[in-house]
Amino acid sequence: MGEEGIIAKITGPLVVADKMRGCEMYEVIRVGEEGLMGETIRLDGDFAYIQVYEDTTGLKPGEPVIRTKAPLSVELGPGILKNFYDGVQRPLESIRNKVGDYVKRGVYVDALDRSKKWEFTSSANAEEGKEIVGGDILGEVQETKVIKHKILVPPGLRGTLLELKEGQFTVDESIARIQTDGEDMELKLMQKWPVRKGRPYKEKLDPEVPLLTGQRINDTFFPIAKGGTGAIPGGFGTGKTVMQHQLARWADAQVIVYIGCGERGNEMTEVLEDFPKLIDPYSGETLMERSTLIANTSNMPVAAREASIYTGITLAEYYRDMGYDVAIQADSTSRWAEALREISGRLEEMPGEEGYPAYLATRLADFYERAGRVKTLCSDSEERMGSVTVVGAVSPPGGDFSEPVTQNTLRVVGDFWALDSSLADRRHFPAISWLRSYSLYLGSLREWFAKSAAPDYMEQREEMMGLLQKEAELQEIVQLVGADALPARERGTLEVARMIREDFLQQNAYHEIDSFCSLEKQYLMAKIILQWYDGAMEAIESGIGVEKLERMRIKDAIARMKYVPSEGFKAKYDEIMKDMKDEFEEIKRKEES
Amino acid sequence: MAVDISAREYTTIREAAGPLIVVEGVEGISYGEVVKIVTPSGEEKTGQVLEASKGLAVVQVFEGTSGIDTSKTRVRFTGDIMRISVSQDMVGRFFDGLGRPIDGGPEVIPEDRLSVIGAAINPTARDYPREFIQTGISTIDGMNTLVRGQKLPIFSGAGMPHNALAAQIARQAKVLTTGEPFSVVFAAMGITHEEASFFMRDFERTGAIERIVAFLNLADDPAIERVITPRMALTTAEFLAYEYDMHILVILTDMTNYCEALREISAAREEVPGRRGYPGYMYTDLSMNYERAGRIRGRKGTITQIPILSMPDDDITHPIPDLTGYITEGQFVLSRDLHRRGMYPPVDVLPSLSRLMDEGIGPERTREDHAGVSNQLYAGYAEGRDMRDLVAVVGEEALTSRDRKFLEFADEFEKRFVTQSRNEDRSIEETLNLGWDLLATLPEGELKRIDEHIIKKYHPKYRKARLK
Repeated sequence: MGEEGIIAKITGPLVVADKMRGCEMYEVIRVGEEGLMGETIRLDGDFAYIQVYEDTTGLKPGEPVIRTKAPLSVELGPGILKNFYDGVQRPLESIRNKVGDYVKRGVYVDALDRSKKWEFTSSANAEEGKEIVGGDILGEVQETKVIKHKILVPPGLRGTLLELKEGQFTVDESIARIQTDGEDMELKLMQKWPVRKGRPYKEKLDPEVPLLTGQRINDTFFPIAKGGTGAIPGGFGTGKTVMQHQLARWADAQVIVYIGCGERGNEMTEVLEDFPKLIDPYSGETLMERSTLIANTSNMPVAAREASIYTGITLAEYYRDMGYDVAIQADSTSRWAEALREISGRLEEMPGEEGYPAYLATRLADFYERAGRVKTLCSDSEERMGSVTVVGAVSPPGGDFSEPVTQNTLRVVGDFWALDSSLADRRHFPAISWLRSYSLYLGSLREWFAKSAAPDYMEQREEMMGLLQKEAELQEIVQLVGADALPARERGTLEVARMIREDFLQQNAYHEIDSFCSLEKQYLMAKIILQWYDGAMEAIESGIGVEKLERMRIKDAIARMKYVPSEGFKAKYDEIMKDMKDEFEEIKRKEES
Repeated sequence: MAVDISAREYTTIREAAGPLIVVEGVEGISYGEVVKIVTPSGEEKTGQVLEASKGLAVVQVFEGTSGIDTSKTRVRFTGDIMRISVSQDMVGRFFDGLGRPIDGGPEVIPEDRLSVIGAAINPTARDYPREFIQTGISTIDGMNTLVRGQKLPIFSGAGMPHNALAAQIARQAKVLTTGEPFSVVFAAMGITHEEASFFMRDFERTGAIERIVAFLNLADDPAIERVITPRMALTTAEFLAYEYDMHILVILTDMTNYCEALREISAAREEVPGRRGYPGYMYTDLSMNYERAGRIRGRKGTITQIPILSMPDDDITHPIPDLTGYITEGQFVLSRDLHRRGMYPPVDVLPSLSRLMDEGIGPERTREDHAGVSNQLYAGYAEGRDMRDLVAVVGEEALTSRDRKFLEFADEFEKRFVTQSRNEDRSIEETLNLGWDLLATLPEGELKRIDEHIIKKYHPKYRKARLK
């Protein structure tokens, strides 16, 4: 009865099935003899429109479609980390073991390994007989070297804990029994959650703590908060992906979810090769120990690309609920939007701007709103906080930011890191434009920086930002009359602005040391540059020619300070500050004599 | 499958429009199925099912719909998807855009019949490309290094020497460590007879013709056929690379014509258009071709792709180069300005990029100073170009002496580094040394992108001092 329909029409990734009355929206459907995985996205009388996550070549009208009566869900439990999934949470490694080097369709593999036994230790708080609610911790499993996977009571449950076991379990063995509404219920290490529905929490908190990234322009100039959202728009070749990789590598989140959405296969391979080798500066273990990757490359089925974003954020929310700070890198949300557009076109919906569906803005806002720093669900006595920070890359056609995906993203995100192709052309990386970018978190993070970094941290930032602004104004004049015509003070400003750009903002992602810069080092580097500026201005006041300042030896040391390791940078700082002072004095002495 | 073949032939074409026909009363057809069409005059055409619904099929006809009528034309559904017969004997042969021999030779005796729609390589099965390919061209080897398994297109414009450049790359490309040459799979889509024969002559002259498989869909061949030509070529390339351990360089030219054909089909289907009338799925469609480049773990052969596309009106933001750039691992951009000033190859290094360069260069691959030299040349040239713009406004007198150095540097860079002859095959050593000669004209303090110990080791000043 309404559990099986038949295919009426196939057009690309969209299949229309007949005899589907009673089917729900976003229900998972098995399509055709091979049982390809799909999801209903429109209902019309007896017809259901199904987006299929696999290649539909060879499907015939008349083949059966079978309802599963469940929405698209992910499996949540130990084994997510260090794993590598496709857009609908199928482990790519297992697919490869099963069908070889190419991703073939109609392959079924469990998201979580059913045979692996995990050592489960019960929590001291969870005694038998105790009243428990959704979100409470039953116990934990050491999932990787750095992450203790908390086993949570699924959201929405409330009852009495009857039994709690300990020992070795697979993900679908019972570890606890609870009584809820007079019924006994088994709990396992694994739970399921529908991807299109955000996991519930108690309360959303203000973003007050920064997510440090080890990238100078991000941390010092346009910081992002834990639980915040950011967008990296940029044309091709401006370094979106490198930026995303850098954030995944060095962000001080405890768990990283990296979503490669409709991007290059080799880029995912690069992450796969790098993460097991690179060392996380916070834990000392490899980055893989805290990461899970989701890859739906551009040539993989387009409907699964649409789902990959939701799969990723649901995994992130799950770790958030354990009390972790999670960061998501979604590369690229434009490809996700294009998948929406493609499906919408096949549905023959009335298009909005540039062919994108009219609901693009809502979908984008829904997605980014799932970010946040929250008080998680749990008994009042166990209060926990966790966060999901989302950074999405945007690939605007022709690098034109006025297009719908960029614009609709900007309406909802707190950080705008605008990549500029003219900077990329001259190999100024990261090519984030300091004039166009902004962070809405500067106000709320100010206190944290003053307290935890340095009292004058933000003042230094503002001074540097002011100098860069000034430079932009002066450049306009230079364009007309040449640099020679400027007064000495202004030339000094141009010089220090150049130092800020080249010696501070530019950061080499491929350099062993420069790739990551601690907050302390960032602060001291800024201090050195501003100290030079003060010294230079003073010298100019006393009539010293600006050429002499431009030729100072110390500038070489300043140019190379980024290659000095974060650890022990203080010693280098002291040395540079002393040499600088000496050199300024020497110039002054020569001038006087 | 027990399907009655005779029942699968129909004369029930309801509609023919542009490259499409709609056949009604059909049964048991599948999406993507290949269709044979015989017109009343006996002409045979090939098509493919684009939309399959109960009793109705929309078919795209590769050879165009001329000659098709709605009463006598017979349409036979083959029950099979698009396949190509592949064999090692294809090397040295010429085929049309649908894979039929056109060199007068015999039909290929197939070792296998492969679906032309390549499945996506599982990212866990990929091997990251990192073997340096020496093309002998300084702007490529020195600053936008190509590696084996990469897809790196040439963005060109009408009238620029992209063909000469592609031919030169095909001729000179070799992997330094082994010296192995590449075999070339060449797919022409809608290029002129003259362009095609330029390639063929060049391949013949250098003996490369022995190592080539060519698929030619020329300007006067059916336009819709073009959507299948690159798939034919790439399927052949995969077969040769992964079954016969060959290193394949695939040249696809001109992708602009391919995209035009896509647009034509999309328009005929009355689909909601994306930018400039191109279909919304063009990104996905292009990626299904481009992503077939690469290396697979445990297999010896590799596929390197050099697609060529002419940017309409030299506009890099046009959807075709734009979407391509988002998929490929960089791009070589040809500049009309350099071309007009008589420089060959007119590669504008500033917007050009090779994303896989960092892994392909350095000690043991090229030389330890490669990254630094490349970065510094970029920075210097970019600065020099800025000065050039400035001079146009304020005159050279207004420049500081430092700025003037950069201005000269940019000129010299174009004259000596960018420019080379069509047969000049520079080794990577020569390219890097040439780079140093140019960098030596700048004040040493300006060489901030190069590590100090590298400067001490390679800067001509110190090298000469050591020689003394």
